[in-house]
Amino acid sequence: MAEVIKIKKGLDIKMVGRAEKIYNKAPRAKTYAIRPVDFQELTPKIIPRLCDPVKVGTPIFFDKYNPEIKFTSPVSGTLLEIKRGERRRIIEVVVEDDGKDTAESFLQGDPADLTREQIVENLLESGLWPMIRQRPYGIIARPDKSPKSIFISAFDTAPMAPDYDFIMKDMEVDFQWGVNVLRKLTGGKIYLGLDGRYPSVKTLTSVKGVEINRFKGPHPAGNVGVQIHRLDPINKGEVVWTVKPQDVVAIGRLFKNGRYDPGIVVALTGSQVTKPLYYKTIRGTGVAPLLEGKLKEGESRVITGNVLNGLKIDAADGHVGFSDSQLTVIPEGNYYEMFGWIKPGLNKMSASRSFMSTWLTPNKKFELDTNYHGGERAYVMTGEYEKVLPMDIHPVQLLKSILYNDIDQMEELGIYEVDEEELALCEFICTSKIPVTKILSSGLKNLRRELEE
Amino acid sequence: MFKSTFEAFETFLFVPDRVTTGRVHIRDANDMKRTMIFVVIAMVPALLFGIWNAGFHHFQATGVDAGFWQMVWFGFKRIFPIIVVSYVVGLGIEFAFAQIRGHEVNEGFLVTGMLIPLVMPVDVPLWMVAVATAFAVVIGKEVFGGTGMNILNPALTARAFLFFAYPSWMSGDKVWISGLTEGTGVVDGYSGATILGQAALDQTHFVDGLGEPYTAWDMFLGTIPGSIGETSTLAILLGAMILLLTGIGSWKIMLSVFAGGAMMGLLLNAFAVNEFMAIPFWQHLMLGGFAFGAVFMATDPVSAAQTERGKWIYGLLIGLLAILIRVLNPAYPEGVMLAILLMNVFAPLIDYYVIRSGVRRRLKRAKVQAT
Repeated sequence: MAEVIKIKKGLDIKMVGRAEKIYNKAPRAKTYAIRPVDFQELTPKIIPRLCDPVKVGTPIFFDKYNPEIKFTSPVSGTLLEIKRGERRRIIEVVVEDDGKDTAESFLQGDPADLTREQIVENLLESGLWPMIRQRPYGIIARPDKSPKSIFISAFDTAPMAPDYDFIMKDMEVDFQWGVNVLRKLTGGKIYLGLDGRYPSVKTLTSVKGVEINRFKGPHPAGNVGVQIHRLDPINKGEVVWTVKPQDVVAIGRLFKNGRYDPGIVVALTGSQVTKPLYYKTIRGTGVAPLLEGKLKEGESRVITGNVLNGLKIDAADGHVGFSDSQLTVIPEGNYYEMFGWIKPGLNKMSASRSFMSTWLTPNKKFELDTNYHGGERAYVMTGEYEKVLPMDIHPVQLLKSILYNDIDQMEELGIYEVDEEELALCEFICTSKIPVTKILSSGLKNLRRELEE
Repeated sequence: MFKSTFEAFETFLFVPDRVTTGRVHIRDANDMKRTMIFVVIAMVPALLFGIWNAGFHHFQATGVDAGFWQMVWFGFKRIFPIIVVSYVVGLGIEFAFAQIRGHEVNEGFLVTGMLIPLVMPVDVPLWMVAVATAFAVVIGKEVFGGTGMNILNPALTARAFLFFAYPSWMSGDKVWISGLTEGTGVVDGYSGATILGQAALDQTHFVDGLGEPYTAWDMFLGTIPGSIGETSTLAILLGAMILLLTGIGSWKIMLSVFAGGAMMGLLLNAFAVNEFMAIPFWQHLMLGGFAFGAVFMATDPVSAAQTERGKWIYGLLIGLLAILIRVLNPAYPEGVMLAILLMNVFAPLIDYYVIRSGVRRRLKRAKVQAT
């Protein structure tokens, strides 16, 4: 049953700053926030008013177009601020922490004894439902639909990603509870993807009720989208749900204990961090106390998530994303480099072999920054994207069909099977510096609008 | 007002300070400029050999006993102006278009500007180079939208333009060796015919200008007459290695062009009824512009097939057609240019069918799963 699936295409980006496998209890932050921007196409409607008291699990906003999907506070305290960005878009809903962790209580019980409706209701009320995402579109799963299967990828191949074998070691019981809950939500299988590169890994191998598959290969082997493509590809009209490993644990704890446990392990990584490590903290924590005294000199970019799929946040008053298990800090690349494009490049990272670093020091870890390394051009090189996308899709043709907004062609070329994180490597590697994931996300947005109107 | 021009010079001197926005925060260090520069570097062996070869043949034809550096200097004097004209005219037009359209100057011409001289006969008049370059950049590229949008290979468009507009300057047995057209000081009875030119006249043995027979080694090394950059298979293979090692050139296209050429050569050998058809298939790969076309022209990513599967078909057809045109058509002793241009036109069709087959696969899977 545990077969090893080889992923041949892709690219492992080796960067300096992987977290050391020691736990640190994160200092308490002044504020905790849930960020609507973490979710695709979410229009939030705030429930309490400013300065209203909230407990752990009190709903603080809901989805305007799907009001049953609620988002709840991870701490107790008061609603402090609603941070807005461009065009008054809500970026963060911030709660001031009172340190007491007073919690709401929710339904408690063995999922085997509960009905599907009860389970869905409990997840919606407790604010844990947004942990379940769906493909296509990558949005929060719609409770009225039933997916053909649910996928959990329990390893992450992104640069400096946390080691789930380390994180999940003491969480297996709760993980099993979570799996049992999810089993009630679908008529199909639950697929658990494990790391095939280290066959001796024992964590999560004895989980019941799932089909375990091991994947061996470079990034994006750990991406759910790639695993779905190999095992149960999505056709038009079908829906697959995906859940991250620590979220499965949180779901399990909800039903086991009747409370929302907002605890999460976040890896602090990146070359700008003096001592990368794992933090035991609370979802949505303010990042300031986690970064204090730990950053090197120079301008840094703080990212919630990883360098290929993450959002930029402010070092002073930013908050970690809802389901993010990684915080990355890398140098900001806003500098000019004289004749940079012709230098031999011993400390530059490139997938192409036109830099000496690639063939002289293939295992070197790099301190990559955010510089574009060139200007945006039209498509010239071909075959680049295909080298890093292990799916049976023609990525350039797909992107072009999005650019000229041909819905039928988008569908035919497999847009339902990809999300931004699958094409992130294509954007990284693109010689013409084309904003691949921006194009894809606008395409997915247009498609959803066309089809649901 | 001259923003595009300013930016072009600024980005030539510096990699700019632009940073990423969006969900992907890092970028590969490689960009279009660097890729193009490496293609130019890959062409340098062929260029250097061509410079020496021009001098070598000139002094052979005029009966002068010249030293190595004399030959190089002669070739340089002849060829450097062609390169200058090509780049000045081409880049001038590119800058103008970029300014008018309001976008950055694209690096595409860095490569085309070097390719054009390499496919010219050494005595080509400079004004012809200028006109051909202008034609290639405007009609072959800018009219379609600039770098990345052209259907045809711009360097081959330049050559095809000259081939059809001034055929006497692009074919025959005088234009390949410097000084023959002019005629002063040429040794009596010297023939500047290329090997393919001789084959087209149904000759059985191929000889150089003084009547000495050519060996296969001559063909490989390149001490034969021809366009400036195309004669030395060795130099071209060095360039191919540079392109392949850096991952810039498509090995699939190069391999399939050579394979197609070899296959057609074998076929013709099997049914040979004249001398041209009887040329051993492996010699075809070293003669004329075949190797140059396979490595530097067919691999132009914009005008070639863009799907991986399509590249095999595209390359194979180029190889087959090039040798077929060359041997069976008396009017064109060289078929590579035409074969590549024709396949440039067909490349989108090849890609279309490759993609449709992928689409059909996806639809079939959906049907199978639904049942």
